[in-house]
Order: sequence, then C-alpha cells, then structure tokens
Amino acid sequence: MKRTFSQRLAILSDAAKYDASCASSGTEKRTSKSGGKGLGSTESSGICHAFTPDGRCVSLLKILMTNFCIYDCAYCINRIFSGVERARFSAEDIVWLTLEFYRRNYIEGLFLSSGIIRSSDYTMEELVRVARTLRLDHNFRGYIHLKTIPDASPELLAEAGLYADRLSINVEMPTEQGLASYAPEKNAAGIRSAMGHIRYRMDAAREKAPSGRRPPRFAPGGQSTQMIVGADAATDQDILSSSASLYTGYQLRRVYYSAFSPIPDASVKLPLIRPPLLREHRLYQADWLFRFYGFNFQELTENRPDGMLDLEMDPKLSWALDHRDIFPVDINRADRETLFRIPGIGPRSVIALLAARKHRTIRLEDLERLKISIRKIRPFITTPDWRPTRLADRTDLRTLFKPAPAQLSLL
Amino acid sequence: MMLPHAITLPADASFGMWRDHARALLQSNSPPECVEWRIRSAQDDLFAESDPLPEATPTSHKTVQRGCVRLLQRILCHTSPDRFALAYRVLWRTMHQAGLIRAATDPDIAAANHMAHQIRRDVHDMKSYVRFREKKIPDRNERHFVSWFEPDHHILEIVAPFFAGRFTDMNWLILTPKGSIARNGTDCIITREPCARETIEDETEQLWYTYYRSIFNPARIKLKTMRSQMPRKFWKNLPETELIPEMLVSAQRWKVQ
Ligand code: SF4
Repeated sequence: MKRTFSQRLAILSDAAKYDASCASSGTEKRTSKSGGKGLGSTESSGICHAFTPDGRCVSLLKILMTNFCIYDCAYCINRIFSGVERARFSAEDIVWLTLEFYRRNYIEGLFLSSGIIRSSDYTMEELVRVARTLRLDHNFRGYIHLKTIPDASPELLAEAGLYADRLSINVEMPTEQGLASYAPEKNAAGIRSAMGHIRYRMDAAREKAPSGRRPPRFAPGGQSTQMIVGADAATDQDILSSSASLYTGYQLRRVYYSAFSPIPDASVKLPLIRPPLLREHRLYQADWLFRFYGFNFQELTENRPDGMLDLEMDPKLSWALDHRDIFPVDINRADRETLFRIPGIGPRSVIALLAARKHRTIRLEDLERLKISIRKIRPFITTPDWRPTRLADRTDLRTLFKPAPAQLSLL
Repeated sequence: MMLPHAITLPADASFGMWRDHARALLQSNSPPECVEWRIRSAQDDLFAESDPLPEATPTSHKTVQRGCVRLLQRILCHTSPDRFALAYRVLWRTMHQAGLIRAATDPDIAAANHMAHQIRRDVHDMKSYVRFREKKIPDRNERHFVSWFEPDHHILEIVAPFFAGRFTDMNWLILTPKGSIARNGTDCIITREPCARETIEDETEQLWYTYYRSIFNPARIKLKTMRSQMPRKFWKNLPETELIPEMLVSAQRWKVQ
C-alpha cells in the first residue's frame, strides 16, 4: 500500500530527530527585497519557531530525504539491519514542503540529510538538487543546512556550498576506536579530511583573487558537527579534547553533543540506558565557556579525578571552587579576563560592568541594576560595601554549593 | 519656581507624537520635574489638550546621540504609562550629562534598559510565533495569508520590516489587538486600529502537526526548558501545543515498553 504524504513525513522527520542541530544562525544577512521577488530572509541570530516537550527548538524543517541506508552504524535508527519503516521523499516533495512551511512562518529553512542509497555521489547529488531547486527556481532566501556525505565528489561539495548556508558532517563518536567499533563502514580519517576540505573552501571563498574577482560563495554559515555522548566509554575529557581539535583545526562553528538516546529496535551492541541528559547539559556549558568566556577545555577537566565534569554543579562554579585562591575578586579593579571567571557573571554582564565602572564605584546594589544575581556571585567578589568570608577558609565548600538532591531530577 | 506643565497623550501615542512634545519642551528649557505626562482617558474632553508652553528661550542647539534615539524609540513602544516621563527624563539628562546613556547603574538608565529589553523580547517573540494561515480567494493568482497575534507592546512599526523583507512573493495580513500590518502587492501598511480575530482553516497545518509530533524525542523530556523558551501565554495561538499532552502520554507508554 502506498503511504500518504503525511505518513512519509512522519517517518522521515522521526528519523531525523537524533540530530541535535537546528541552528539557523551565523550566515550572511539577506532579505527578499533586494533583487526582485523571492521568499525568505535570514537573521544573524536565528529564530526558534516552536519548542517540543524534549526542550529542543524547532527552527528548521529537519528531515531525511530517505531513511533507507546501505550502511550499518550501530547507533543509528536507519542502519541497514534495523526493522524501522522506510520511506522516501522526492526532491520536489521536499521543496514543496519547505516552501509551504516557510510561508506559514513555521520555520527558518531546511536541514536536509539522508541515508545513503546506491552510492555516496548519488545521494549527495539528490541533496544538492533540492537546494538548487529552492535557490534557483523558487528564489528561496531562507536558511539551508545540508548534511554532507564524507566521500562525495569535490564538485558536488562545491555546489552544495554554493547554495547552502551551513554544511555538516557528523563525527558521531568522540574517539576513533568508538567510531571503528560502531560504524564499521565509516572511517575517522575520511571524515576529518572532508571537514578539512570544507574548511579550505570556506577560507578560499573569503579571499579575493588577485584579479579582483570574487570567488564563488561557500557555506557562509560555516560547518558544524555532532558527537554522541554516552554510547561508548569516552570520558568528558576525551570528548572535550576532541572538540578542541575540531574547533581549532577545522574552524567549526558549532560542535553538538547528543545524549545517546536509545532507539527503537536497537542494535545489541548498544548500552540500554536512559539518555544522559545532565551530562550532555554540562558538556554544552563547558563548550560555552570555551567559546565565549576564554576558558580552555583542559582547565575544565584537569582537576576532575575520572576525567568527567561534575554533574552536581556547572563547570564554571566547579572550576572556581578548585581555584579559590583567586577569589574573592575586587569587582572594581579586576581585569576583563578575571571578571569572566566569576561564577554568575556572563559576557553581557562583563561588558555592562566595565562600562559602568567608568562612571562610578560599583556597590552591591548596582549589581542588581545590572541584573546580576547577588546571591550567586556574593561569595566570589568584594565591593566597598561587601567582603565575604574567605572561601579558602571554608572546608565544607563543595557541599555548600551543591543543589538540594530533589532539584537534580529532570522529569 | 516654574509651574508644572501638563501634557496629555493617547494611551497608544507613537514615538513621533511624544517627540514633538519633547522637542518643544526642550526648546522651552523645561526640566523633567516640571512636566507632568498624562494619558488621555475615555472621559477626557478631546479638546482639553495640553497646556500652552512657556515662551521658548533660545537654547544652544544640541543634537541627540543616535544611541539615545534608539533607546527612546524602544521605550516609547512600551505599554507602561510611565514611559513618556521616563523617556523625557532620559532625554533631558543625557543632554546635560555626556556619557550618561552608558551608565547602566543609573536608576533611570537601568529602568530604560529594562523596558528596551522587554521590547526586544516582544519583537523576538512576534517573529517566532506569528503563524500564517492561507485564505483562499477564488479567481486570484496571488496567495493570501492571515495571522492573529497578541503582542504585549506597541511594536508593529519595529517588526514590520522583518515581515516585509521576508514574505515578498505573497500577500499577508497580521491582525493584532494593537493594530495590523498588511502587505498587498508591494506596499506594507501599518495601522493602529485594534483588530478582531479572523478564523481560517488551513489544511497544510495538519502536516505541521505531523512534523511537530514526529520531531519530538520521547526519550528526553525537558518540560521546564520548553516552558521557559515558549511561555504559556503564547500557547493559545499556537495550535500545535494542544498536541503536547497526548505526546507526553505516548512518551510514557514508550518508556514502559
Ligand atoms: S550512514 Fe548515516 S543514515 Fe546510514 S546508518 Fe550510518 S548514520 Fe545512519
């Protein structure tokens, strides 16, 4: 029996949900006003149009072209030996759906991925065809994120970069051993070299040729990747050091961490666990500290006995408690880098503090006006009207900051 | 001592209306303490307008910084009845004290920043949660879409360019209790007349429900995150949120298996 459109949509979006990324940010700013009629625009920070009860945002139509696949990656619901229902959309189906959802303001654009059918090139060619049709035939100026097939040909990759805002290749497992045992047909070196290739093209697209000609556009929203957390034995330290090399080596825009979530009809190789959501959350916090606070990953895990981040408190607080000799910090004198290290202060507060300091000496009540939580930062700072008991003198420190056990439950 | 000078504005007065008064007040050198900003109520006599201004004393001509104008524009979108007075205080004080606008610890600037923040949030929410439904009009080539949205503040002028820059190959209309934005052909028209809700059925919405249901991962439930990101007040205009209870029940069942 032929499935209805809606049934196929259900299968193909269900298959796509294990990809955490839904970002529609970081690309060039465009509208449809310039250059005649079109549909769509992009915002520098992206927009979420809905949230589902799993706490994730819906920003893009995240979908697989098909969930048939010739590979056998253990963690994946679409692997060849999984008993899951299969379906396929044509390029035209996806184009139509993207435009109709977009017109109703449900989405910022499309995140298209696919199981591998026939060959890598054939699959990639189909993905590119969707992006091409959207851009050229429909003047679509919304966001397009394409999942890249690692060993597809360079020509296809170049064309993908011409139409897509973002490209991604998932490294999937934090370590090479993990990948080798769970995804026998994939190889870490191949994935890395494809990422290197994307980076090279992005760099080239930014440089003007000596003739003054502008090189072709290439994925202005950068590339991202995803690692699955908790399916293999990798520690947080392994994961974060892998992130560090991805951020610096390939200039990734984002690394996503996806708590391994048991899939229907799971491979027997996999652990039977609840998704480690809190661990995933701590990894995102650590990632955030690296990207916006000037921390390096090494610092966050080096004092942890088993290479795992503290589940009971956020990594910044945990770091502060391990470095209590630098606290309390004089909020009126400390330099920018040190302000960033104070638990409870974010980048926006640091900027506001630095600006406000030029006008007056900051007292506790001023912090409230800057929307900084006094309760959180009080133990770590001094102001003319406040001096905490020295942190170093307290022995019960960690227990003091631990949340009450009940708050840990995520349900 | 100067007598307090009263100015009466309608509850939804625009930035332009306020600015005309503020300009005149500055020219007549009236400090904020001497100005009382009132909101016109239904009983007010329409012609009981503002007091005449004292004689203008020529002051040295100063321009207002761009950052300050932006901030004032934001504050004036707010629905708080205090906004006119606060905006004038901020204007007056920044004209007399250079750099004040960046002093985030100053009570007036802090209050203004807070209002501006709420406006940004409201604008952001409107971009996110406006939902169009297609209205079929026989014998017409262009397609028509209509939306109903309830913003907290008077932000239509600020968000209109976003929708105008995004949906250019279709006609659309956003109705709100605080006015409407419409695009017909090439023009974008904003009104401040309160609108009534229009109910339209759009069958493509069924596909959106299918998508919303399927993209949800039942193995992870984070209701708090969902609620903090998508506050309850929007739910009545987001039909897919009606599916949430049913999705949670099937997630329970999924877990038991
Ligand atoms: S190649 Fe991709 S879709 Fe196919 S089994 Fe591996 S992860 Fe799944």
